[in-house]
Amino acid sequence: MTDIDTFRSETRVWLEANCPAEMRQPMRSEADACWGGRNWSFQSDAQRRWLEAMAGRGWTVPDWPKDYGGGGLSAAEARVLKEEMARIGARPPLTSFGISMLGPALLKFGTEEQKKHYLGQIARGEIRWCQGYSEPGAGSDLAGLQTKAEDKGDHWLVNGQKVWTSYADKADWIFCLVRTSTESKQGGISFLLFDMETPGVSTRPILLISGNSPFCETFFDDVKVPKEQIVGEVNKGWDVAKYLLGHEREMISGMGLGMGGSLGAEAKPQDALLRAEIAAFDVDALAFAAMSERFAAMWKAGEAHPASPSMMKYAGTELNKRRNELSMAAGGSDALEWDSERSKGGKAPRDWLRSKGNSIEGGTSEIQLNIVAKHILRLPGA
Amino acid sequence: MSLLSDDQKMLQETAASFLGQEGSIAKQLRHWRGIGCKDGFGHELWKQFGELGLTGICIPESHGGLGLGATEAALVLEEIGRNLTPSPFLGTAVAGARAIEGTAHGDCWLPGILSGGAVLALAVDEGPRHAPERTALQAKRQGNGFVLNGAKQFVVQGASADMIVTAARTGGSPGEHDGITLFAVAKDVGGLSVENEALVDSSKAARLTFSDVQLDADAVIGEVDGGWQPLSRALNAGSAGAAAELVGVASGASAMTLDYLKQRKQFGKLIGEFQSLQHRAAHLYSEIEIARAAAFKAAQLLDSGDDQAELHVAVAKAKAADVANLAVREGVQMHGGIGMTDEHDIGLYMKREAVLGQLFGDVYYHRERVAQLSGY
Repeated sequence: MTDIDTFRSETRVWLEANCPAEMRQPMRSEADACWGGRNWSFQSDAQRRWLEAMAGRGWTVPDWPKDYGGGGLSAAEARVLKEEMARIGARPPLTSFGISMLGPALLKFGTEEQKKHYLGQIARGEIRWCQGYSEPGAGSDLAGLQTKAEDKGDHWLVNGQKVWTSYADKADWIFCLVRTSTESKQGGISFLLFDMETPGVSTRPILLISGNSPFCETFFDDVKVPKEQIVGEVNKGWDVAKYLLGHEREMISGMGLGMGGSLGAEAKPQDALLRAEIAAFDVDALAFAAMSERFAAMWKAGEAHPASPSMMKYAGTELNKRRNELSMAAGGSDALEWDSERSKGGKAPRDWLRSKGNSIEGGTSEIQLNIVAKHILRLPGA
Repeated sequence: MSLLSDDQKMLQETAASFLGQEGSIAKQLRHWRGIGCKDGFGHELWKQFGELGLTGICIPESHGGLGLGATEAALVLEEIGRNLTPSPFLGTAVAGARAIEGTAHGDCWLPGILSGGAVLALAVDEGPRHAPERTALQAKRQGNGFVLNGAKQFVVQGASADMIVTAARTGGSPGEHDGITLFAVAKDVGGLSVENEALVDSSKAARLTFSDVQLDADAVIGEVDGGWQPLSRALNAGSAGAAAELVGVASGASAMTLDYLKQRKQFGKLIGEFQSLQHRAAHLYSEIEIARAAAFKAAQLLDSGDDQAELHVAVAKAKAADVANLAVREGVQMHGGIGMTDEHDIGLYMKREAVLGQLFGDVYYHRERVAQLSGY
């Protein structure tokens, strides 16, 4: 038996013993996810045990170094773990912006102290993070952000407003882009970390068309942030931001993969013309799933173009919107019910409406196309 | 999905350099088109395929081939597509070789394929749309052999072929897999009329009429009534190969178009500066990447004998044809007036896409396959 086969069989045995049955049920919605954090109340004992067991092995972040709370697994081992979890339908033990976004940025740009301090907390699900990027006047033109951080000697004094801060009302800490210089647009941005309980921080949820409120407005009024809570150098925060956005796009593009199986097999369309459209969609979805596999392999091998997450994000989110449109069509008037039990609380229309944000958040489709045109196709003036 | 191995990368480089130089549009497609060649391709180039070993990719090592598979064939076919190189590679060395492998006809024909001397054709379609299970060409037992009556069309390179792999019905009814038998037919056999038709892309395909064509029993490829197995093996290999060639066509057309966007000026600007064109070019790039991934996934699953291979072959062919079609439409449109001229090469990509899109079943055929294989 090769090492990887041994790893697979050991992993299988361990998962069998440690993944509670309840954690092998498909998640019904985002609400079933385990987000962790200081104020997290576990939805079940099983959810708590599952997180503790996985975090104990560093398997909430299997490919991070062991020193920082990770599992220290090779790419091949991490893939095996993923496959073995998928095999038994295991839920992710922890869903976290710390894992998907901040962590990779800290691994690349953080000081040794920062890595030691923050990464372990992220891996164990102790601190829940939110992202302070967009502002009312800085959406697609993110580098136009105005939230100000003034150097007051022993601290930064932060004033301004963020918007579209995911789960800011539930988060413990924020990673936040601030303006530390007005001399250069991109070269005047810094990347700060601070506690959401710091005096002067307040949040207000935004009600979306889907009826849910995953996003907030976040206000900073004379917020004092210790000097050392900056990632990377002063005025070099845009590099960190861009790197992190790449990871965010990678994650959002993964939604295409997470869309599940064949839409046709699920929707069983009776109408010939709808069936034809759904078959065309299934071709595109399966082709995109192949792309996701190829992209992941190329990304790991360092063979992917640095701007390729933009392509993935664009294609994946547009596909997910199309899937939701077709689901609505296949569902007919059943898919219009907003809160009945029969409709699982209006899952279809709420998912459909929520999906419209996929191609806006994390950089609109149009911005992704700009990035592809400029950095990959090298078109003039892009 | 695994990435290319070092050997595969080397093969890709060999194919890219050989086809980019010897297989270029000027040296091959425009040349043979210009002189009205009856084959639509050059036999010299086909021999060079043999000298480089490319003809042996899908031929087992026991027969002197490389014993490789659909993945390696795809690497060559993508370069063929990019250069619009006319050759018997797909019909003979991929689909043809797969149809006859493991049979006495394989022993007979594989050496000729290997050297780049022999050309094979596949006679499957009987109407304008691909529907292999509806094969109706009648093969009746007579004495020790069979008598064939009926017609075939879209037999690619049929008039140039040394042997035509012909799907006929010895049992069952059209629509059924059982009862189909493959025959090895020589094109000079009595009772067979061969019309050599030029297609839109200057390639050639034959219409065949079988009038009491008498064949010996040893003309049967594989088992009587059991032809579906080698036929579907050939069609899967052919479809996966056509998908890869379509990805090459899309890439070639898109590269040509991107060059044009960076050269052509209007309103005092390069037209590539206009965002309306940038976004369309970026969308096309994304689609081509996805089509390439689908084509490689299908090829890898065919090579590993995965039971999902057929589904992914259908996905690959449908996606690649769709995307190549987008690439050539955008290509001609973005070239403007010059793209409508015969002198410019972009139109040649549009013509080739039309033929490859139909070959082994079009987008609609393969979407239907995906729906059926997915259980709806």
